Amino acid sequence: MSDAANRPPHFKQPLLTTPFHSRTRACSTVDQFVAWAGYTTVDVYTTVEQEYFAIRNACSVYDLTPMVKYRITGKDAENYLNRLVTRDVRRVKPGRVAYSVWCNDDGHLIDDGTIFRLETGEFLLCTAARQLDWLLDSAIGFDVAVEEVTESIAALSLQGPTSCAVLKALGLRGVERLRPFDIGRFVLGGADMTVSRTGFTGDLGYELWMTPADAVSVWDRLMIAGASSGIRPIGSQALDMARIEAGFIMPNIDFVPAEASVRIGRGRSPFELGLEWLVDLKKGHFNGRRALVAEQKRGAARRLVGLDIDGNKPALKALLYADKSCRREIGAISSALWSPTCKRNIALGLVDAPYFETGRQVWAEIYLCRELEWERRVARGVVVEKPFYAPARRKVTPAWDR
Amino acid sequence: MTAPYHSIVIGGGHNGLTCAAYLARAGKRVLVLEAADRVGGAAVTRSFAPGFKVSACAHLLHQMPQDIITDLGLIRHGLVFAAEAMPTISLAADGPHLRLPARVNGGLSGEDVTAYSTFMARMRRFAAHLRPMLSRTPPRLGTGTAADNGALLRLAWEIRSLGRTGMRDLLRIIGMNMYDLVEECFASPALRAAVAFDAVLGTNFGPRSPGTVLTFLYRLAAESGACGAAMAQPRGGMGTVSDALAAAAQAAGAEIRVAARVARVAVRDDRAVGVLLADGETIAGRHVISNADPRTTFLNLLGAEHLDTGFVRRIDHFRQRGLTAKVHLALSAAPPFRDLALAGLRSRMIIAPSLSYVETAFNATKYGDYSASPAMEIVVPTASDATMAPAAQHVLSAVVQYAPYSHTDGWSAVKQNFLDRIIETIETYAPGLRGLIIAAELLTPADIETEFGISGGHWHHGELAFDQFFMVRPVPGATQYESPLEGFFLCGAGSHPGGGVMGLGGRNAARQVLKKAA
Repeated sequence: MSDAANRPPHFKQPLLTTPFHSRTRACSTVDQFVAWAGYTTVDVYTTVEQEYFAIRNACSVYDLTPMVKYRITGKDAENYLNRLVTRDVRRVKPGRVAYSVWCNDDGHLIDDGTIFRLETGEFLLCTAARQLDWLLDSAIGFDVAVEEVTESIAALSLQGPTSCAVLKALGLRGVERLRPFDIGRFVLGGADMTVSRTGFTGDLGYELWMTPADAVSVWDRLMIAGASSGIRPIGSQALDMARIEAGFIMPNIDFVPAEASVRIGRGRSPFELGLEWLVDLKKGHFNGRRALVAEQKRGAARRLVGLDIDGNKPALKALLYADKSCRREIGAISSALWSPTCKRNIALGLVDAPYFETGRQVWAEIYLCRELEWERRVARGVVVEKPFYAPARRKVTPAWDR
Repeated sequence: MTAPYHSIVIGGGHNGLTCAAYLARAGKRVLVLEAADRVGGAAVTRSFAPGFKVSACAHLLHQMPQDIITDLGLIRHGLVFAAEAMPTISLAADGPHLRLPARVNGGLSGEDVTAYSTFMARMRRFAAHLRPMLSRTPPRLGTGTAADNGALLRLAWEIRSLGRTGMRDLLRIIGMNMYDLVEECFASPALRAAVAFDAVLGTNFGPRSPGTVLTFLYRLAAESGACGAAMAQPRGGMGTVSDALAAAAQAAGAEIRVAARVARVAVRDDRAVGVLLADGETIAGRHVISNADPRTTFLNLLGAEHLDTGFVRRIDHFRQRGLTAKVHLALSAAPPFRDLALAGLRSRMIIAPSLSYVETAFNATKYGDYSASPAMEIVVPTASDATMAPAAQHVLSAVVQYAPYSHTDGWSAVKQNFLDRIIETIETYAPGLRGLIIAAELLTPADIETEFGISGGHWHHGELAFDQFFMVRPVPGATQYESPLEGFFLCGAGSHPGGGVMGLGGRNAARQVLKKAA
């Protein structure tokens, strides 16, 4: 009997569990779970701070299974993806990964994600949210098969300075030679495992892809192999801190996916989100290209930028002003954090022209709740380059393995 | 390598030819490429049995505006009518037939005769206010340009100028179904059905379908300025219209090549730059204009890789499956319609005895079946035009409602049964018909798709319904005869104002191309 056949009807089990659930559940000390893409996942295992420092100083393990995965195969797979996303997929060689975004007809972001080119004609597209309808409609006129394989691939994200050392201790010989965005294939205790040097923390890190049947044994072996390297499972909250430091954006937090927004004017282009380096207007036609060419001619009216805010109070969802008296509103903050590693009060925010230029001064209106009493602070902010945190080791090959 | 054409028109249907003729008259170098061995698209005359010819798809000319005929000199180029101002006769199985325009005859009460003329005057008044928009480029919403705002204002004014009562009446009925409207107006079942039949002819609608008042008004609007007093039959069939259009285009300087199938539109630097023929030849042109239906145009000729997903999705959802079949009978003598002599056959006969007859005929297609008792529009071209058949022999041409695009059991298994049902139905009104049949031909929507290259086999290249109409026809992003691709235009029935042998799509498109090229 397959798992699917044993499973109770969907209305009796609104959230699925990942193949690592027996282990993640056991590691959870504060019983703090969160729903992600139809799965129950750990939000916090112990304390956010402890988990965050595992990412930055040792090795963190994050259950990545709910990440939505689509297998794309067929004669036109390359052309299909090249028309779908903003980057030139023809330049992504087999065995490589590319981070990209994809847009609707208006040139507004639908989502971001990673494209794994497993073979010449076989790709894996990994994204945070389900969008099979868009992918299938994009397949009209292409000889391509799009299949959701989320449930058939278990995944762990291993991030942090000691992550390579842990994998070597696990017995993955030569893993240190993987360059950033490389894909490697390994055998671990008789089980096939795919390892990519990718992640969402802006540091050295790997993502491990395996069949669900091997999930628990891989987890157990990892925990033993990493015991002396400070390995620790982390939840979504700690990861969110790291991704803000790395300057990565999140759908529904830093932008509303274009096909999910209801109100006119909520769509955001890659230019507005500071992702122009992902847009190749010269590669030929792709979704949203004509709108993006027109937008480039017009010039951006606003832009998502990094901000360094005075003080140590995170400017969560603060409105931004051109002046300290808060008369001229010029934008708003979407993600904010006191960065423990940078020792800076950082934020990501959407700012109107011309205030989005690096070095411009803006003012953030921050509301603080202190034991049910509200305080209003207006803090100075400066537009700065992203990422906030980018250690050199993230790009070094062979990777640090001590 | 020759210099590029100003415009290359893909498809020599009546709209393609009209478009080419107007462009050539404006002094542009134009080439028309037709895949078939003759021009005309769905307005053609061809043989279907030895010695018998028929207008293979459209069989009446009732919507071509007089000004296109005059502009292009179509009479000079060979267009002759064998019959004009043809009356409509709704056949009755027994008792008198109903003749329209209505007289006090055929069992019609005096009240219904008056009601009919009041009704038609009311509808014609609305149609007259809608008519100007047929020959205009529909506006786009939300662009804020002076041209679009002006066009929207003109449209609002056309409706407002009906007066308070007239406007209120139009807005009340325009979204209604024809069934309810004719029930309000007439008592005679035959009269109700005859009027409602015109609203659903060539559509995917039954009389009870919402929006059928719109299709009725639309048909009236198109007919109101037409040549030949609306219902006319060209001598030599509909092919004569296409031949005259082709001759007019050539006289103005356009080149026409038949048996030249376009495989792809050539694209360079995100612009249409010509076409690639199936035999490998490439022809350069600064503007490429497609007379093909939207699906064929965008998904086959251009290709999804040059388009955005959202746009392709709209094209894919564009409803363009036909529900109308065509039957051709070669007869050894005049069809024996009861109480109709040869002179009576010089009319447009319909089989639509009651509203529920037509609605029931429509029901079957919802479940993938053909109508067991179909509604029909029948003409006997040979009653007015001896050139269509050997001496003393006749042709019967019928538009048959309804036949699904794909039958649940597959057309090959049931086509003969359907033809038998059609012949049986006609025989109810023309006893002894079967014995006169020399040859019979049935074209299902699937056959129409194959023969005329219309994806889905819909006569209008796509349903004429509120959501595929006027400003949003065929789909947002391809309105105003333009497309998302620079230099690539549409001129076929998939664009405003739609199908019917009208030529307005072609003329409007030519105007838009010239405006863009200027």
